[in-house]
Amino acid sequence: MIKNIAFVVGLLLSLAAPYLFPTYVTLLAFVWLMVVLSLSWDIIGGQMGYNSFGNIFFFGIGMYVSAVVQRDMFSSGVDRFADVAGGVAVRLSQSEYFISLGVGVVLAAVICVLAAILLGMAILSMRGHYFAICTLGLGIAAGEIASGIDYIGAGSGMVTPIYPEGAGSREAFYYYYFFALSVGTFLLLSKIYKSRFGLVLNAIRDDEDKAEAMGLHTTRYKTIAWSIAAFVLGIAGAGTGNLVGFIDPIDVAFTGATFGVWMILTVILGGKGTLWGPVIGAVIFYATKEFFWTYLLGWQRVALGLLIVVIVVFFPTGIMGWMRERWPHRFGERVEEAS
Amino acid sequence: MTMLEVKNVSKSFGGVRANQDISLNVPEGSIIGLIGPNGSGKTTMFNSVVGYHPIDEGNIRFEGQEISKLRVPEIARLGMLRTFQQTRIYGEMNCMDNMRISAPDEGGGAGLRHLFSSVSAEIDEHAEELLDFVGLHSKRLLLAGNLSFGQQKLLEFAMALMRKPRLLMLDEPTAGINPTLINGLIDRLRRANSEFGITLFVIEHNMRVIMNLAEHIYCLAHGKMLAEGPPEEIQNDQRVVDAYLGAS
Repeated sequence: MIKNIAFVVGLLLSLAAPYLFPTYVTLLAFVWLMVVLSLSWDIIGGQMGYNSFGNIFFFGIGMYVSAVVQRDMFSSGVDRFADVAGGVAVRLSQSEYFISLGVGVVLAAVICVLAAILLGMAILSMRGHYFAICTLGLGIAAGEIASGIDYIGAGSGMVTPIYPEGAGSREAFYYYYFFALSVGTFLLLSKIYKSRFGLVLNAIRDDEDKAEAMGLHTTRYKTIAWSIAAFVLGIAGAGTGNLVGFIDPIDVAFTGATFGVWMILTVILGGKGTLWGPVIGAVIFYATKEFFWTYLLGWQRVALGLLIVVIVVFFPTGIMGWMRERWPHRFGERVEEAS
Repeated sequence: MTMLEVKNVSKSFGGVRANQDISLNVPEGSIIGLIGPNGSGKTTMFNSVVGYHPIDEGNIRFEGQEISKLRVPEIARLGMLRTFQQTRIYGEMNCMDNMRISAPDEGGGAGLRHLFSSVSAEIDEHAEELLDFVGLHSKRLLLAGNLSFGQQKLLEFAMALMRKPRLLMLDEPTAGINPTLINGLIDRLRRANSEFGITLFVIEHNMRVIMNLAEHIYCLAHGKMLAEGPPEEIQNDQRVVDAYLGAS
């Protein structure tokens, strides 16, 4: 009961946040983005036990796909192209902007899912460290390749369309975009984890050989899990490109050194393989990071590095994992004699 | 009727010839034993049968179907399961979840709707019955990884029963289980055979257990079939005694 009330109050506060804290809207949008990234990473990193360093790949793909659709959908013809040259952004009408954004987001999600299926068939048969290293290469390679493609601006990046006038504040719009995506992802995952599929993921994490010996279609399930993560990441990427306004192939799209690593750290901090862990981890981590960037400027990366070491050394199972070890009864672990 | 037929199977790992020209039969409804000194190739034999590694020569048929080219999950879905010598359970999941995920896909399909639906009440009920059958009902909400080794063996056995196999291959089911529990386990293995109609093929080092349990025993030594026959015959076979005691 108290839990539910807290949940509803939290939701209402989040809905009102752009009006309550207008100066922090962009920051809060990034907090929700972090929550989405963490939740999506935990699907295969936590629940399925496949440590992927390459999930940022789908984030970047989604960002580019959506940006290209938004740029080109209503701007065919030489006259519009002249406007774009030299990094000048496309100016769209209100309806053009939102229609192209909608199509871009859907296409980003679809292409990311297809990419996950194709890649999954190729690399999801690898396990443990091999899978981790392979995915690490994936994100880095994608950034380098994107830097060489002129169609998407190559190394000098891409500018997303200018937000139309008269449609409210851009920051608030994308705040709600990421807020809705977070809530949607959370509800989707809470349903999935309660289903048979959730058990399948945990079984693969605990002993994949056993799962195979019991006749589970492990390869199929692994691919589905990665596709779900890619779906969410694609939508997140599409929104992030527009929130930032500029897409650099290595620092914004395939940003392995920031969001790519952070989404893993937040999950470790919060607790791998739990529903709430990624949410808690993302919020705490992002708040701490912002604190460092504001008050320890110049040393912020050192402080963040120290924080990462502390997380890994003292909270190897995360906040939720630590609570579970301390109060196993609360998590339903108990001996129960037949009544 | 023959359920599992292994014919002239050979398997080498580099220079080690783990199995040479092995043939054996497991009739439907029977309990068959496989014994032999350490390193005689028993587990290799099991691994070959369940598709864990390809065999070099020979044929393996399950209910008449050639399975030597099939992979592990495909063979498992045909209705042949194995348990592991080093017990394997899903350690971070509780016993009930271990059982739930071991239930077969209803209707043989693994459709998305089925995949994303929750586990049915009948499955839960059946899981509780089987946990009760192996004496783990009170521990059903504990993490499987926190159980003792012997209890994990029992859980693994219950999980295999949950899958409703036609043939169950057990790799040393009593290793690491205390003597009192062993009697209970023999009893349960027998009941699984007679009540649930599951054919059993058992690797076992404990002579008392296997002589009590099996109706026909195969004995391996140095990768070759040394002897076969009913328990009394095997017990009195000089070659088997020599192999176990190390006489040359």
